[in-house]
Amino acid sequence: MSYDRAITVFSPDGHLFQVEYAMEAVKNGTTAVGIKGQKTVVLGVEKKSAAKLQDQRTVRKIMKLDGHICLAFAGLVADARVLVNKARLECQSYRLTMEDSPTVEYISRYIAQVQQRFTQRGGRRPFGISNLIAGFDADGTPNLYQTDPTGSHTSWKALAIGRNAKSVREFLEENYEESNTAEEKGDEDAPIKLAAKALLEVVESGAKNIEIAYLKPGSGLKMVPADKVAAICKEIEAEKEKDKARGKKKKST
Amino acid sequence: KKAMDLSFFNDPHSHFQTNPRKELQKQDAQILKDISAPISTRFPLYQSPDLTKHSAFPKLTDKGGQRYVSAVNDKIQFSHGTTTLAFIFNGGVLVAVDSRASMGSYIGSGTVKKVIPISRHLIGTMAGGAADCSFWERNLAMQCRLHDLREGKRISVAAASKLLGNVVFQYRGYGLSMGTMMAGWDEKKGPALFYVDSDGTRLKGNLFSVGSGATYAYGILDTAYRMDLDEKQAIELGKRAIYHATHRDAYSGGTINVFVIRETGYEQMYKGDMNELHYGQYMEEAAAEAKQ
Repeated sequence: MSYDRAITVFSPDGHLFQVEYAMEAVKNGTTAVGIKGQKTVVLGVEKKSAAKLQDQRTVRKIMKLDGHICLAFAGLVADARVLVNKARLECQSYRLTMEDSPTVEYISRYIAQVQQRFTQRGGRRPFGISNLIAGFDADGTPNLYQTDPTGSHTSWKALAIGRNAKSVREFLEENYEESNTAEEKGDEDAPIKLAAKALLEVVESGAKNIEIAYLKPGSGLKMVPADKVAAICKEIEAEKEKDKARGKKKKST
Repeated sequence: KKAMDLSFFNDPHSHFQTNPRKELQKQDAQILKDISAPISTRFPLYQSPDLTKHSAFPKLTDKGGQRYVSAVNDKIQFSHGTTTLAFIFNGGVLVAVDSRASMGSYIGSGTVKKVIPISRHLIGTMAGGAADCSFWERNLAMQCRLHDLREGKRISVAAASKLLGNVVFQYRGYGLSMGTMMAGWDEKKGPALFYVDSDGTRLKGNLFSVGSGATYAYGILDTAYRMDLDEKQAIELGKRAIYHATHRDAYSGGTINVFVIRETGYEQMYKGDMNELHYGQYMEEAAAEAKQ
């Protein structure tokens, strides 16, 4: 157990304990969900119930990195702020030297590199956050990337991180294809509905504790207004009731 | 036998024939003398440089600023004489250069390769200091390869020229001399052409000519350039513009090299001695015109 003191030390069985503890910190954070549709990329987060005297607008869990890229995280809020600042700077630096907008993959790779550096050099602790980085490249391809405290970055079709991530991920695995075909058929809001559904699985007290944002190719980050979120959640509740009722009917006949 | 000379015990420095302590004492005495002397003997009156001597004035090496003054500049003469040109047309980018390197009135070489390939789809031209151009463009080629490996896709001409421009800007005032054009074909945006020079100037354009013979080349180019030239016409235009520049500019000459950059990469399309053109094709053309 003495091997968890300094970050730069491996344990005898090949673990970096500080990194694994950082992943635990992520698991304690509020849930975040990302869904890559064909024409929309959606990020949804669980909001902690607002303290009465707190100004809700200052609690930001979905942050813009550039005009076309945004990030949601799970874990230590202050660590996220530092990482997002670095990423924002890198986006602008890229625009200055390359005269072009950075791809989502480039920024995810950069964030992952920063997180990895803190697992190897400087004797500092790793960032206690996993990130979902979502956006559209200049050529219109949708992207959703995840980075974690180890410093790896991977591309996902849909992912949940934070508290209860496992059950939400299972829900997404079951329902992603259906949502995708619905979007192909013309339901543009399908990914947003899927994000709301996934979050409602684990978030107590429903719509007022959910925040959803989406991106479309060529346009910037847009928040789904609170009343629309409430409406979507009501719809989902109604569908659930219907399914329950149908289930009861089947049982009775 | 004489006993060993043990006099050094008395004065340890005597066999070295100097006494450092005594030397210092002498210097101190001299300094005291100097200080006590009147000022006018210690600081002679300023003598203006001999106006007839060209090299007596220190020269500014930076065109725009006053950062670095070099008294040595006129002794190191760079090869500036050249004519290079590039323009965008419908089929891609055309680049044409001469091949003379001159050091003052001495022709150093008639076979200089003034087109430096950066990658299969990107070339740079050389004008000004040959070493500056070839070193920094090779360095740029290295950076472009790294970019291609890291990003998995070709670097854009804009980004490559920005990298070169930024590096050169850091050395501003230190005497770098380069006027180079970056010509290439971007994967998505098509043909592109940038002018980058050692002041840090970076310009995007459709038509550029750089070097001592540029003015002559511009005369031909501005008369006949159109975006909708086909490849054959473009090659002939580039060839002709360089020929006219090499004919009139003493510091340009040798062989004319013409390159075209298409979607598939760059290719040398023409290589010909300027004199053979003068006494060959263009003389025949002139004769034919005279007959009409």
